[in-house]
Amino acid sequence: MSSEAGTHSHLFHRDDYGKKMGMWLFLFTEVLLFGGLFIVYAVYRFKNHDAFHEGSAELNMVVGAINTVILLTSSLTVALSITAVQLGNRKKAIDLIMITIALAFAFLVNKYFEWYGKYEHGLFPGMEHFQQLSKGESQFFHLYFFMTGLHAIHVIVGGIFLLVIALGIKKGTVNQGNYIYLENAGLYWHLVDVIWIYLFPLFYLII
Amino acid sequence: MSEEHSTHVVSYKFNILVWLDLLIFTLVTIEVAQFDLLALTVVVALIVASIKTFLVGSYFMHLKFENKFLQRTVLGVGLLFIAVLIVLFSDYLF
Repeated sequence: MSSEAGTHSHLFHRDDYGKKMGMWLFLFTEVLLFGGLFIVYAVYRFKNHDAFHEGSAELNMVVGAINTVILLTSSLTVALSITAVQLGNRKKAIDLIMITIALAFAFLVNKYFEWYGKYEHGLFPGMEHFQQLSKGESQFFHLYFFMTGLHAIHVIVGGIFLLVIALGIKKGTVNQGNYIYLENAGLYWHLVDVIWIYLFPLFYLII
Repeated sequence: MSEEHSTHVVSYKFNILVWLDLLIFTLVTIEVAQFDLLALTVVVALIVASIKTFLVGSYFMHLKFENKFLQRTVLGVGLLFIAVLIVLFSDYLF
């Protein structure tokens, strides 16, 4: 009895479960955001099947596959950093998060060259060549730029989030006994990965 | 006490095994896409993507070690989205 009373007399009440639930609720709104776009994609694709086929033939499957491997690996390094913090290995945790951020950067560099290539071929909304595309192909590329662009913004935000957590581990505010913020940053990062898991086949593979 | 949260530690090795599975499934998606199975190709791609999502959710996002309430809530949101897709396509296909 007395030992139980002891656990109640902490100065601060920490609610890790509440924080985690809050993160999940936020992730659900992200599912709504991207889910709506996937539904638009599904309808346009259904109505313009051939144009979407030709559109995805324009995209470089190898670059898409490389970026898939990069994001999957970055998800692994975040998961490993949580294990490292749980085991009390601070340096390893920070290193793993920094590798994750480097991978996020590599992803964005790939994305930049990919978009730039499309831009040089006049395949950017508003350009002269773009306006000559069929309606279906135009819809495909609008969705491609919007969805991969929105995803890239999420990669940037996730990278910043992780950098803040890495600093927290360095300062000791995120530690073996209190790592909920790392878990939440990880949850966000994995969601970004999951969205790409669907974007890759739907845009890059001619299916 | 009730405020305890999951302290399940997923080992380094197990995380790496999950990652290897994810890479294999990525290879499967790419290989399957080379065959023209008509409408089935996109269905296979989405099923493989969902298996990958299940792996990321269960192990990387630690859902397998969370309490039942959170697990069911996440499952519920996933099923809701699938239901929306089914209702939408029941409208377009017929």
